[in-house]
Amino acid sequence: MKSVNNLEEIRRIISLHKRWDLLFMIAGIFALMIAVLTFMALFAHMLIDGMPRLSWDFFTSFPSRRPESAGIFSAWVGTTLVMLVTAVAAVPLGIGSGVYLEEYAPRNLLTEIIEINVTNLAGVPSIIYGLLALGLFVYQLGFGQSILAAGLALALLILPVVIVATREAIRSIPVTIREGAYALGATKWQTVSDHLLPYSSAGILTGIIIGLARAIGETAPIITIGALTFIAFLPPSPIKNEFPYVSIEWLTAPFTVMPIQMFNWVSRPEEAFQLNAAAAGLVLVVMTLAMNGLAIYLRYRMRKNIKW
Amino acid sequence: MQDNSDKKNEPRQFKSEVKNLNFYYGGFNALKNIDMVLHDKKITALIGPSGCGKSTFLRCFNRMHDLYPGNRYEGEIILYPDDVNILASNVDPIEVRMRISMVFQKPNPFPKSIYENVAYGLRVRGIKQRAILDERVEVALRNSALWDEVKDRLHHLAFNLSGGQQQRLCIARALATDPEILLFDEPTSALDPIATASIEELITDLKSKVTILIVTHNMQQAARVSDYTAYMYLGELIEFNVTDTIFIKPKNKQTEDYITGRFG
Repeated sequence: MKSVNNLEEIRRIISLHKRWDLLFMIAGIFALMIAVLTFMALFAHMLIDGMPRLSWDFFTSFPSRRPESAGIFSAWVGTTLVMLVTAVAAVPLGIGSGVYLEEYAPRNLLTEIIEINVTNLAGVPSIIYGLLALGLFVYQLGFGQSILAAGLALALLILPVVIVATREAIRSIPVTIREGAYALGATKWQTVSDHLLPYSSAGILTGIIIGLARAIGETAPIITIGALTFIAFLPPSPIKNEFPYVSIEWLTAPFTVMPIQMFNWVSRPEEAFQLNAAAAGLVLVVMTLAMNGLAIYLRYRMRKNIKW
Repeated sequence: MQDNSDKKNEPRQFKSEVKNLNFYYGGFNALKNIDMVLHDKKITALIGPSGCGKSTFLRCFNRMHDLYPGNRYEGEIILYPDDVNILASNVDPIEVRMRISMVFQKPNPFPKSIYENVAYGLRVRGIKQRAILDERVEVALRNSALWDEVKDRLHHLAFNLSGGQQQRLCIARALATDPEILLFDEPTSALDPIATASIEELITDLKSKVTILIVTHNMQQAARVSDYTAYMYLGELIEFNVTDTIFIKPKNKQTEDYITGRFG
């Protein structure tokens, strides 16, 4: 048995060591607060400036020279339609690429180069995608400065996010489940469509939404392809009264999006336009937060029945 | 190494014959010159210390190694009665897996209903008619001694079953397609003693229907359930014989040391 003196010595050493726990905890909280408080300050500032401008009219009015009657109608409609194009283009391309890389691609140098490139694409500045889209979609393919060109540009931008999310989601499925399917005589495609995709859908969906949440705030590529900053009309409606009831005319229409509308207002000298910009910013942040919230909720819902 | 007691047997009493099998993970020779037979409708156990290659050997039988790059087989595993070498490169591994089913170490039910788990192998084979699926799912569940426990909740998630029930479900899933050989890779290592006992009993019962090859690190289990036992060490087959002979009068010193617990 150790003497009491020895025990006191042990206690002294423990409390000395625990001081480092305390110190690190304080430093950690401080570091965290810098991020949290910055966001809260930004949000509060926007809330104070923008809140009074938020009204039904703000959402249903076109931009105007008079700040008090200007609204974000064309901007949010434009953003919604651009996001629709982005999602329709990026989702099948991203999931397809991800599944191919994870399940079909042979393990060789070429595949590795492709993988490294896909990861690096996520870090390419967004304006570069804008330049690419300007050359390829706007001029080469003749889509013009349209919703289609903008949606495809943003689709390229978020493609790496969707690919990486798909791969990670598939990789998180235990290897015994994959082998279980193969052991029953399933082909690759049967394994992918009956097992891997259904079980990874929560992760893939989360990746898509997070990608779209990033795309919704992108300004640089949209400006690069030449979105207009002042648009006082809506694109043609996608739904028609006569057969075939749907129209794709809106794809080639000129447009504006939320961040460009904000940019336009911020660059005006009048104080009242700054308030409009804050209000539009508020709408944009809430849209982004809502999308992220949806991603978290969907992940929770779909994973409830899957415990590996 | 040679199976003396059955030397007079004709090959047709073998379900499968392994001839000079070598297996390589990349450059690593994991299985060395293995010769062995599987007796038809008998249980053969593979025992040996961790890393001896018994699971690697088992997974050759359903070409599981084909799923990963860099793996290579040499030699033959002949499947009777049609005398086909299932390792031949012109034999589709999917065809092999349709004839030889496998039950894994950890229960691995799909996150689907109990019914869909058992029916999956049938669906893969293109069976769509509800009546046939219903019937074969029931037969498989009865044969795996699970039917009475799950018949009222066939459409509940398989994850809600206990570990032992999940493993019996995986056995039902493997049985539903009427395999010629059933492979078990340490099927009870993740289960408690009571669940283990019920799985062992089930495996013994299945002998009348299907040829069984089982990997186990539990020597008592090998002694309890198997008719033949193979002792492996460092990728080599050291001794193969009738289970009683292996456990009572092993010919090889290494086998004896392992079985008496002197190492391993």
